Amino acid sequence: MIATFTGTAQKRVLPGFGLSLGITLLFVSLVLLLPMTSLVGQLAGLSLAEYWAIITEERVVASYMITIGAAAVAAIVNAFFGLLMAWVLVRYEFPGRRLLDALMDLPFALPTAVAGITLATMYSSSGFMGKLLAPLGIEISYTWVGIALAMAFTSIPFVVRTVQPVLEDLPQEIDEAALTLGASDTLAFRRVILPHLWPALVTGTGLAFVRSLGEFGAVIFIAGNMPFETEITSLMIFVKLQEYDYVGASAIASVVLAVSLLLLLALNLWQGRFIRRLHGGKG
Amino acid sequence: MSIRLTNIAKTFGRTTALEPLDLNIADGELVGLLGPSGSGKTTLLRIIAGLEQPDRSRTSSIHFGERDVTNVHVRDRRIGFVFQHYALFRHMSVFDNIAFGLTALPRRERPSASEIRTRVNRLLEMVRLEEFAKRYPAQLSGGQQQRVSLARALALKPDVLLLDEPFGALDAKVRQELRRWLRHLHDELGFTSVFVTHDQEEALELSDRVVVMSNGRIEQIDEPDTLYRHPANRFVFEFLGDVNRLEGNVQDGELTCGEARLSVDLPDGHQELLMRPHELKLLEAQSPHSRLPVTVTSASPIGAEVWVELVADWLSEPWLATVRHADFERLHIKRGQRLFVEPRRWHRFGNAETHDQEVEIIS
Repeated sequence: MIATFTGTAQKRVLPGFGLSLGITLLFVSLVLLLPMTSLVGQLAGLSLAEYWAIITEERVVASYMITIGAAAVAAIVNAFFGLLMAWVLVRYEFPGRRLLDALMDLPFALPTAVAGITLATMYSSSGFMGKLLAPLGIEISYTWVGIALAMAFTSIPFVVRTVQPVLEDLPQEIDEAALTLGASDTLAFRRVILPHLWPALVTGTGLAFVRSLGEFGAVIFIAGNMPFETEITSLMIFVKLQEYDYVGASAIASVVLAVSLLLLLALNLWQGRFIRRLHGGKG
Repeated sequence: MSIRLTNIAKTFGRTTALEPLDLNIADGELVGLLGPSGSGKTTLLRIIAGLEQPDRSRTSSIHFGERDVTNVHVRDRRIGFVFQHYALFRHMSVFDNIAFGLTALPRRERPSASEIRTRVNRLLEMVRLEEFAKRYPAQLSGGQQQRVSLARALALKPDVLLLDEPFGALDAKVRQELRRWLRHLHDELGFTSVFVTHDQEEALELSDRVVVMSNGRIEQIDEPDTLYRHPANRFVFEFLGDVNRLEGNVQDGELTCGEARLSVDLPDGHQELLMRPHELKLLEAQSPHSRLPVTVTSASPIGAEVWVELVADWLSEPWLATVRHADFERLHIKRGQRLFVEPRRWHRFGNAETHDQEVEIIS
């Protein structure tokens, strides 16, 4: 029999390729591409020099530094603790494991502003944690540490939820094999477990980082929003919007968007190469 | 290196995985742990490996030769372990997998890079995978992956090689091939090995001695031949092969069960006789000693023999007889045919006695 591409030759659960791809593209266009196109459209009125002037304004550049710095710290902290949490959830049986598992998704479900206000009051000098830390000379609210903390809070599920399934896929036999071959615990972790989790961990951390770059609600309450010190880029966009400077807001937003897109694309390409190796194919 | 287990037991929570047992394995021996799932055979293997800790007791100990390894960590026990599902490191090439144990050695003991290369190449040659050194495990077949895992386990020249259902995940033909190859390798290199299997054929073919286990207990330890011919108890007898059962009442030296009759030299009362498929002879007419009429329901040629399934009103479950192709043709056996069975011999396990009573019937 001659194979055909009409889709009638093979029975599939979902309707034909043409229809399903069509709906997918329509959805992507409406929900993702259309708003982004209009954002870029806003920029059409700007000359290159004007655009450059807006995005390199001193106060805005300072906000890039703060945002990227805090997001990087948050992502690294999350990479470590997210890995640990995923490990605990997958490798151990203990009472309340299910509850802890569900708790991991809380930052997704909680309105970020609520999280922000809670964190801000808790860590302010009169708050519960703030009172404990103040005598030690540690200030969290209204500093970049607070920003990083809020970012870490909202983005931790990205790491846990990307690492967890990969870890579940890694049988305990693998660690045991390393041990029977004389490897120490650290060596087994470094050379056997970590390389296996590496793609998922990097992806999860990358996602957490990108998410933190755009975080707004959770951060502004704890940040204190002092120009050049604790202003994040999302706030700059918000400030421009309040001044009815839609073009300026779009210009700054386009920078955040471009950075995020490039990062996500790079992650995807890199991960694809790694996965091909694990599952056969020429790595 | 010999292995000596003394008073080893294991409980998981409230379930007993292993009842206290002793086991001695001689230097260079290849021993199979055979039993149904849940019999404790894998737990025993993992205890030998050090992957599982036996219950604490002052009298329990594990010795490799003269070395007491009871409290020695798995990484220091100098064992090679082969897992059922290979447990290869998927992000490493075949070469790096095999080299892992050597590169994991502390710097003082680690051979030079060129020495490692020579040794890995020799192992690759031994498992006949020279061309696959640069491949990743996902690019190999199951049999090839298991050979890599064997080479990896042997790279450190372990005192003891332990294999957990090593061929369980492979298809029948590859399994047979690998089994012979492992036997060959064992004879050549002379390491002591213990393997776990639930396949009685595999245990009987591969082992010098077989340890039959059930419910966390050792039922019998013997050479395959002795085990098959002189099973210690009914469990061993039933586990080692197909069994045909005949239950009936004996009176005046004749056992009756419905219309079936068999002359037996047994006291009066209820008796149960067991017969292997190859111990049944098929006849066209009844003999002076027996009248066991049956009907053929299927006949399938499997290898050197034909497996014939038999039913009768007096049987609660069908019987299986194996006949030679010559007899099969002579009797023109086909489905629906009525024949008579005559047992060449039968076995009986009393409730109290542990040894079976075997009776040859001379006709």
